[in-house]
Amino acid sequence: MTAILSRILAAHRDQPGALLPVLHEVQEAFGFIPPETVPAIAGALNLSRAEVHGVISYYHYFRQRPAGRHVVRVCCAEACQAVGGEALAEHAKARLAGSELTLEPVYCLGLCACGPAVQVDETQLHAAMTPAKFDALVARLESER
Amino acid sequence: MRTTVYVPGDAAALALGADAVADVITAMAAVRGIELRLVRNGSRGMVWLEPLVEVVTAQGRIAYGPVTVVVVDSLFAANFLAGGDHPLCLGPAEDIPWLARQTRLVTRRVGVVDPRSLADYIARGGGEGLRRARAMAPAAIVQAVTDSGLRGRGGAAFPAGIKWRTVHDAVATQKYVVCNADEGDSGTFSDRMLMEGDPFCLLEGMAIAGRAVGANQGYIYVRSEYPHAIAALDAALAAAGDFLGDFSVEVRKGAGSYVCGEETALLESLEGRRGIVRSKPPLPAVEGLFGRPTLIHNAITLASVPDILAQGAAAYRDLGIGRSRGTLPFQLAGNIRHGGLVEVPFGLTLRELLYDFGGGSRSGRPLRAVQVGGPLGAYLPEAQFDTPLDYEAFAAIGAGLGHGGIVAFDDTVDMAKQARYAMKFCAIESCGKCTPCRIGSTRGVEVIDRIRGGDAEQIALLEDLCETMVQGSACAMGSMTPIPVLSALHHFPEDFA
Repeated sequence: MTAILSRILAAHRDQPGALLPVLHEVQEAFGFIPPETVPAIAGALNLSRAEVHGVISYYHYFRQRPAGRHVVRVCCAEACQAVGGEALAEHAKARLAGSELTLEPVYCLGLCACGPAVQVDETQLHAAMTPAKFDALVARLESER
Repeated sequence: MRTTVYVPGDAAALALGADAVADVITAMAAVRGIELRLVRNGSRGMVWLEPLVEVVTAQGRIAYGPVTVVVVDSLFAANFLAGGDHPLCLGPAEDIPWLARQTRLVTRRVGVVDPRSLADYIARGGGEGLRRARAMAPAAIVQAVTDSGLRGRGGAAFPAGIKWRTVHDAVATQKYVVCNADEGDSGTFSDRMLMEGDPFCLLEGMAIAGRAVGANQGYIYVRSEYPHAIAALDAALAAAGDFLGDFSVEVRKGAGSYVCGEETALLESLEGRRGIVRSKPPLPAVEGLFGRPTLIHNAITLASVPDILAQGAAAYRDLGIGRSRGTLPFQLAGNIRHGGLVEVPFGLTLRELLYDFGGGSRSGRPLRAVQVGGPLGAYLPEAQFDTPLDYEAFAAIGAGLGHGGIVAFDDTVDMAKQARYAMKFCAIESCGKCTPCRIGSTRGVEVIDRIRGGDAEQIALLEDLCETMVQGSACAMGSMTPIPVLSALHHFPEDFA
């Protein structure tokens, strides 16, 4: 972990306003932002640990604990609500209770003309989602090894 | 000769299965010994037809859609690579009425070009605005933007020329151009489609802005929910070579904070802090990023500039009505049959957009309410559908066009629930700096819950709370959340009884 962190910090040391880019790379490398990385990040960017922690905890995207095998984000914003998004979100919550997958709400994926929308991990997108399609998607994700 | 086939790589097309369609077309062509050139374009914006596959023929680009993997075999059987007839054939893409009726300026190349190819961009008129700008004095560029009547497309509709003049006139050794691509409003996706479908246009607009105001560094702040847009911009920057001259651009990824779409919170975030709004003044144009004069604009605003310089300010100003000049790429979303991107001059009515373009609801039920301008926009009843799409006309009815997002709801919507959601969203996303927003939003949820529970006396309390939020909040998050709440209450009182 130390070697990876050092490489990330060295690459951003002279970048103005480097904290968010650094946190993104740390999360990409480790899947979350391990609390033990905070002192080194703070030291490298000449910030206090409190400032770094404050930023991590402010932004919804940054996670302080590892996520499940996949992160499933269901859009809960208005355009998806207009086409059954709320019922889908409730269905997702029930279906993923106790699952190894992490369920998170997201407020708009920019797929507002083909909702309800779902994002899996970073780049996998699904439109016009229904509870039945959702179950099939989840079954596929859960069976992946 | 190799046939060129377009299969969109736009996020909406991907969400509807475009990658699998592209794979199957490639595989089936290989099996048949056909060589083809597959281009991943952006989306034309007809989302209900995605994935919309286009084939280049002597008769133009023939469109087929919506294409699924199971129909690809029949497309080959119908000789679609020569534009053959098929139940999904839509004829030449540009002649599809929904598209042909639009006035595409800022989105003229979206869905048309290969977003990764600078050569394609240049071949379709890109670069002309920057070429002209380089032959103009900075003050003349500012004048052209002023003369065009362009206003900020992010939502506030502030005259762009005034911002440009202020940053141009500011004396500093370092200035910045910042693109706000934190497109967090539900119902909006024009920034995303532009960045994914024509990223060079945004880069060109920023380079022109840099030349006009005296900035050599630009930042594009893109929300983390848009990984495909970030990838498209990074690819365009890698392919840009010396296209931008001495103007540098860095793409920065947001981290899931809605309020970072507010310009000063965005600057805080760029500087590496919590996205908490700054007090104004000083304006960003005077003291912005890292304390330097900063021109900050929404992506569509900046991307509108190349065309204004290439075609002349007058051509832009001549479109639209009143003080709303030019075009706005509206986004039809929610419960709508033909949703997508509609770029038209200001002046059409909301009804024309909803029915002539949108075709009514997707569910087939009557449209009951439409939210215009994102989560901080008003809910409009059918009685207001004839309002012209014009900043001032919308302001006159207590609404706003915002970023042009239009979310339609059918008659199954519960407007008290929508009002509750507006308060809830504010509670989730409030940056916490000011009390009316931070506390008021949570109290708002509670009050609406009591109203929904049958306590009508709480309505006066809700109105009072909204008044406090409007008057006392530091930014639009808190001061505009009452707009959807009160418009729902006033236009749909029966849902609060």
